[in-house]
Amino acid sequence: MAENIKVAYWPGCVSRGFTPELHGSMALVAQKLGWELVELDRANCCGAGVIAEHNQELADTLNARTFALAQQTGLSMMNICSTCQGAQSECQQRLDADSAYRAHINEVLSGQGLSYEKDKGGFTNKNFLWLLVEDYGLDRLREQVVRPLTGLRVGPFYGCYIVRPKERLGYGEHPDRDIYLEKVIEALGGEVVEYDGARKCCGFPVITMARETSLRQAGTHVGDAIDAGADCLVTPCPLCHLNLDMQQPEAAKVVNRDLGLAVLHLPQLVGLALGAEPRELGMGKHIASTRWVEERLTAATAA
Amino acid sequence: MAEYTIKVRRFQPESGEGPYWEKFDVDLDPSLSVLDGLLQAKDRDDGSLAVRCSCRAAICGSCGMKINGQSGLGCKTQIGEAQELADKQASATGKGGKGNSIVIEPMGNMPVIKDLVTDMESTHWAKIRRVTPWLLPHGEPPEREYVVEPESMIDITQSMACIQCGACVSSCLSMEADHDFIGPAALAKAYRFVGDPRDAETHERLHDLADDPHGIYDCTHCFSCIDACPKGVAPMDQIMRLRRKAGEQGIEDPNSGHDHEMAFVKIIEKKGTLDESLLLQESFAPGFKGKLKPSKRAIREMLGSIPTAIRGIKTGKMRSLHKLIPGVHPKLPDQDDVKAIYAHAEEHNEEFNLYIKGEEGELAEEDVEKGIERSTDPDTPQEVKNG
Repeated sequence: MAENIKVAYWPGCVSRGFTPELHGSMALVAQKLGWELVELDRANCCGAGVIAEHNQELADTLNARTFALAQQTGLSMMNICSTCQGAQSECQQRLDADSAYRAHINEVLSGQGLSYEKDKGGFTNKNFLWLLVEDYGLDRLREQVVRPLTGLRVGPFYGCYIVRPKERLGYGEHPDRDIYLEKVIEALGGEVVEYDGARKCCGFPVITMARETSLRQAGTHVGDAIDAGADCLVTPCPLCHLNLDMQQPEAAKVVNRDLGLAVLHLPQLVGLALGAEPRELGMGKHIASTRWVEERLTAATAA
Repeated sequence: MAEYTIKVRRFQPESGEGPYWEKFDVDLDPSLSVLDGLLQAKDRDDGSLAVRCSCRAAICGSCGMKINGQSGLGCKTQIGEAQELADKQASATGKGGKGNSIVIEPMGNMPVIKDLVTDMESTHWAKIRRVTPWLLPHGEPPEREYVVEPESMIDITQSMACIQCGACVSSCLSMEADHDFIGPAALAKAYRFVGDPRDAETHERLHDLADDPHGIYDCTHCFSCIDACPKGVAPMDQIMRLRRKAGEQGIEDPNSGHDHEMAFVKIIEKKGTLDESLLLQESFAPGFKGKLKPSKRAIREMLGSIPTAIRGIKTGKMRSLHKLIPGVHPKLPDQDDVKAIYAHAEEHNEEFNLYIKGEEGELAEEDVEKGIERSTDPDTPQEVKNG
């Protein structure tokens, strides 16, 4: 537990696309925590469940390639996206289930000097949230806090892919994975807001296919959090962030009410408690203003 | 024996009052079920407590309910486990302690008739009938039964395991936002016939399910039904298989679901990572043809996305050429490796169903009897062939 964290880091597509503030804030927080991230800059998209819907073997091979690239570094892997976690865990489960299937997938990878091996050196692929709680530890995190989030009321928003299905996502060994966000908020000195949507769907997977269904989901959860008194939401999933933050003005139209609730990426919330400035964490890039969060923190520091 | 407090959401229509919560103290072994707890409360405290049940062995599908917010069967959930979950949920919000109330509610997405008894007609049975849940063979029926290879039926055994309890419907997050969604139980049932080698109207079925705006492309992929199902049917997986089969048959849909899927697949083949602006454009107006003659929906969706893009440019989220102009997004340095993976996988297109195959070394004896074999030769994997 006490050793330093060094991982092969898969940032995902969206953190370098429409949520660049996530990529930047993760780098800053890693530096503050003393984590070493070896970025997998040759790795490919996880397929987000969409490629598996088209061709399961294709999704499995693409992710086997990413795992193999991570295994080449001799390190375990970290992701910063619930959807990457879910899509990659799904493929890893199939790959790990059967050596013949693994050998079949490795056929094409071997031509590229790569191979995915089950459990090689205790290989794992964990979201930043899981790594923070299970490997770094909440006690160490508490010690690093220089600006406790006193008085900040935070609603957790997990993203489906990191909470279900439980059997695939290691809940047998780690049954509390669906209350880690609450534990982190508490460790950072914030206050957990209970509301209906924390483990529900943001609607993003159907934003192009069933726009109204999608935006009604996002709008309902944001609205419920506001009604429960939240100052902001926090999420480990950039795709949820797209629907909850970037689409928030559109979601407000569908649910026919005013919204306007800041949605923070998990590394941003951690970063604020570690003393980083909102600007350094890219909070100005959000669509829903984060000014209220900043004011609450300034008020708490002054008091 | 141990003591538990169950907190039941009650509704007595004859009283003229709205729903309310009532707590009952029960005393039973932790290995007994939540349903046993409810029946004890009904027996000892209040005979008017309404709950539907019959077999008490997870086979009749009568006692669907929500326990601590999770949809499932009352008879298949041990009360000791329900207590652990209630305590864990309390600890997450700082309440902590042991012996928190186990919260029991009627199933979601359905009207409540009385207490835990719901009306499954409109959101379950009507939708099951909607998917034509019977075999549609063509030609003269055989003199005796239809004869099929046992292996050709293995594919649908998972969806056949459904006991119609409605737990998946109760948990469905798409249905919560769109009541017209056909839903997980009915779509799993649809796959049971789409995958049946005796059925002769596979294409018509797939076309029907894709053409309905509340059909297979209205599922938000939230996995709730997978965790809710007491029989391992994994309805969402069956919905994804319906999408795959509809795609293979080239069936277009009003939700642009198939176009979206193909746009995603092609972008990763070309670039390795996701080009988000290209995804939006290609989902609605795919290829040269789509741009030459865009559909009304394509124009509406593209125009509709402009305010979001402008907001993104203003905050700096999208302030770069490769995020704004579709196709400028750089490809991976070794994109040829990704292309080689595509060539290999598109040629084989294996579907590996863990429900059928199981984890290595865990092959049950009854599976061996059913004729499911596990290949030991790495060159000839025997997964169920897709298609």
